[in-house]
Amino acid sequence: MPNMSPTKNPMPSQDPNVRKRNFLEVATGYTEEMAIDEANRCLQCKKPMCMNGCPVQIKIPAFINEVANGNFEKAYEIISETSSLPAVCGRVCPQESQCEGKCVRGIKGESVAIGRLERFVADWHNAHDTAEVKVPVSNGHKVAVIGSGPSGLTCAGDLAKKGYEVTVFEALHVAGGVLVYGIPEFRLPKAIVAKEIEGLKQLGVKIETNMVIGRVLSIDELMSDYGFEAVFIGSGAGLPRFMNIPGENLKGVFSANEFLTRTNLMKAYQDGSQTPIPHVKNVAVVGGGNVAMDAARCAMRLGAEHVYIVYRRSEEELPARKEEVEHAKEEGIEFKLLNNPVEILGDEHKNVKAIKCIKMELGEPDASGRRKPAEVPGSEFEIDVDCVIMSIGTSPNPLIKSTTKGLDTQKWGGIITEEETGLTSRPNVYAGGDAVTGAATVILAMGAGKTAAKAIDESFNK
Amino acid sequence: MYRIVRKQFLNPTVVLMDVDAPLIAKKAEPGQFIILRVDAEGERIPLTVADYDRVGGTVRIIFQVVGGATERLKHLEEGDYIHDFVGPLGTPTHTEGLKKVAVVGGGVGCAIAFPIAKKLHEQGCEVHSVVGFRNKDLVILEDDFKANSDIMKLMTDDGSYGTKGLVTDALKELIEAGNQYDEVITIGPLIMMKFVCQLTKQYNIKTVVSMNPVMVDGTGMCGGCRLTVGGETKFACVDGPDFDGHLVDFDEAMERAGMYKEFEAHARDEACNLFKKEVQ
Ligand SMILES: Cc1cc2nc3c(=O)[nH]c(=O)nc-3n(C[C@H](O)[C@H](O)[C@H](O)COP(=O)(O)OP(=O)(O)OC[C@H]3O[C@@H](n4cnc5c(N)ncnc54)[C@H](O)[C@@H]3O)c2cc1C
Ligand SMILES: Cc1cc2nc3c(=O)[nH]c(=O)nc-3n(C[C@H](O)[C@H](O)[C@H](O)COP(=O)(O)OP(=O)(O)OC[C@H]3O[C@@H](n4cnc5c(N)ncnc54)[C@H](O)[C@@H]3O)c2cc1C
Ligand code: SF4
Ligand code: SF4
Ligand code: FES
Repeated sequence: MPNMSPTKNPMPSQDPNVRKRNFLEVATGYTEEMAIDEANRCLQCKKPMCMNGCPVQIKIPAFINEVANGNFEKAYEIISETSSLPAVCGRVCPQESQCEGKCVRGIKGESVAIGRLERFVADWHNAHDTAEVKVPVSNGHKVAVIGSGPSGLTCAGDLAKKGYEVTVFEALHVAGGVLVYGIPEFRLPKAIVAKEIEGLKQLGVKIETNMVIGRVLSIDELMSDYGFEAVFIGSGAGLPRFMNIPGENLKGVFSANEFLTRTNLMKAYQDGSQTPIPHVKNVAVVGGGNVAMDAARCAMRLGAEHVYIVYRRSEEELPARKEEVEHAKEEGIEFKLLNNPVEILGDEHKNVKAIKCIKMELGEPDASGRRKPAEVPGSEFEIDVDCVIMSIGTSPNPLIKSTTKGLDTQKWGGIITEEETGLTSRPNVYAGGDAVTGAATVILAMGAGKTAAKAIDESFNK
Repeated sequence: MYRIVRKQFLNPTVVLMDVDAPLIAKKAEPGQFIILRVDAEGERIPLTVADYDRVGGTVRIIFQVVGGATERLKHLEEGDYIHDFVGPLGTPTHTEGLKKVAVVGGGVGCAIAFPIAKKLHEQGCEVHSVVGFRNKDLVILEDDFKANSDIMKLMTDDGSYGTKGLVTDALKELIEAGNQYDEVITIGPLIMMKFVCQLTKQYNIKTVVSMNPVMVDGTGMCGGCRLTVGGETKFACVDGPDFDGHLVDFDEAMERAGMYKEFEAHARDEACNLFKKEVQ
């Protein structure tokens, strides 16, 4: 008999007033009892709508059934058939618009907590995993992967399991991409990412950090001088956009990338870190996505008194995961919705002192279905802040394109690929993840890495 | 890990190191830089490639000890390893087709200017070097510049060596003497570059400056290195570090350079204390 409770088992979490000042993980995870109880809420639908919502089609009812029966390792195996990073995706997928958004239990009441169950299963596996990794027999083919974000790591892992000799080239000094430099510790503990990377190394994947491809070596050199027969580009979309409003170069204005990199990658929040981070009092974060929420919550944890999210549309349109918005509110982040910055004001030393915004109202829905905001004339006002964090999006870095002849990209920089394979305009060069789609999600990047790995493997077995 | 194969003090606070980094040595061009982290907890700091040995596979850095990271780096010895060393980053200095150039360096900026002077000289360009230092004790690379310049002027602020005066005085003299430069390339403290640009503007001589804003990743990802050039925002790490000096907003760059002053003063004291403790 299924558990007909209309609500999900709540996620045990740190008290908002405590966690807003620390970097420990917010949600502490289900216990076995909670997981089984939650798994029993699943109706085991014959036509599981939830699976349609999952970009990689995880066999959701099947794995949940195993959880309900207490077979956690079996559940893990089922998830692993289609996903390489369940501990990550269970934590960061926008479930409300994917799997859980489609779950029939969501029609009357709350959906099954699919993401939380996925996370539970992955964490359980990681805590109990004792199996020795079998190093696959090499098939003699060499593949280079550029970038160590979710797309690159997944592509590398899938190929390594098939016996390919894979080398991952990463520009930064640690592997993990946005998972380490962007998404903060309190949402995705770095130990989880490190474990994934350790697993790859055990499979024989070589990880070369400090390798900016396009500068140190070009794709052509990798292929002609170093014997790589295929290349996967998973270089992400790391180039920050600014608004081009007056005052953006004042002291105290950061891109979210800089603020998050200093905080997460360089661990500026830890005592003894050598990387400076400003300890600011009043912070305006411009934007409404996951990146904006992360920046705002990091600023709060670094000791800010007031942190504002300035977003030009309404709450409904906030692109961030719902859970992050809720968490941010619980932690005291103040939402200034339907406001758009027009200028950043500075003092005589060019330090930020305020942000000037204009009120917006929503008009008719545009082509994308989102209602287009329009300025309310004469409604300008100022918020006193000493820091502004710009989080209005990123685009692919032009370095790879500009150093790889014959690699076609969209006007905005995205690499053009064949959808079913990830093949680019260059033979034997594949791409996927944010480098192709622009800033998107971990699960899509992971899926793209899988697709390309499969296509690369097929190209060698033709 | 990248091994230090040679270390030499050029003056009490300026250190030269040759670092084993064959891939970078193969590719580096004058004007490019590397980013390093001294140790696993270290900050990422950019330093210019001061020279390279394509055959031996080493890259030369010359740095001034100014704060935490450079203080830590100074304490590494030959045979020790630098944790991370990535490059070559940035766009190389444009040297093609130049026939006559004045290279103006100030302080440790001379280390950045030198490989450019050398390259120009090697490709047959007439090079006039003007190098300036606060005093005699701080002079670096004198012989290197001499060997690679047709004319070389060495200036000190206090007159303790070379000619007393500023680099702008010497440059003005050279221009007034009728030297027609295709370009002036100037590297040094922001304030010096600003004045060199003011001077060359009067004579309408194209002037290239090398900007050294605070950097984190050096790949165009953080935007921390941004500056305003001709009214547009540019990222020094990918669009530069070289820019048209007559278009750079120096006042803004100088304000931005002071952004982390307090933290840095603290970090330097910490690093110094740490080493004092180790010595005790
Ligand atoms: C702060 C933040 C929060 C986010 N939150 C979520 C979330 O909650 N849920 C979600 O699903 N998604 C989230 N995202 C989006 C998600 O992280 C990305 O869509 C995903 O990481 C893209 O993966 P990727 O493999 O394409 O690239 P990335 O993760 O961007 O990795 C690319 C890697 O390539 C490296 N690289 C780039 N150029 C080169 C080069 N020339 N040579 C060598 N290496 C290179 C980069 O250094 C980087 O490590 C968030 C993103 C950010 C920034
Ligand atoms: C492209 C480029 C090339 C450079 N080349 C050289 C060189 O060849 N030799 C040399 O001595 N110096 C060079 N610098 C400057 C050098 O990077 C800084 O002196 C160094 O980062 C100081 O670090 P610190 O921790 O010792 O000092 P800190 O105490 O951190 O800072 C002292 C001073 O260095 C500046 N600084 C701090 N961090 C950075 C950073 N990440 N990037 C840039 N500046 C910073 C600060 O504004 C401050 O004025 C270069 C800088 C850039 C951007
Ligand atoms: S991977 Fe993401 S979308 Fe798919 S089931 Fe898991 S949480 Fe849902
Ligand atoms: S739609 Fe919901 S109830 Fe149905 S199988 Fe999927 S998770 Fe279970
Ligand atoms: S150093 Fe980060 S963008 Fe230039």
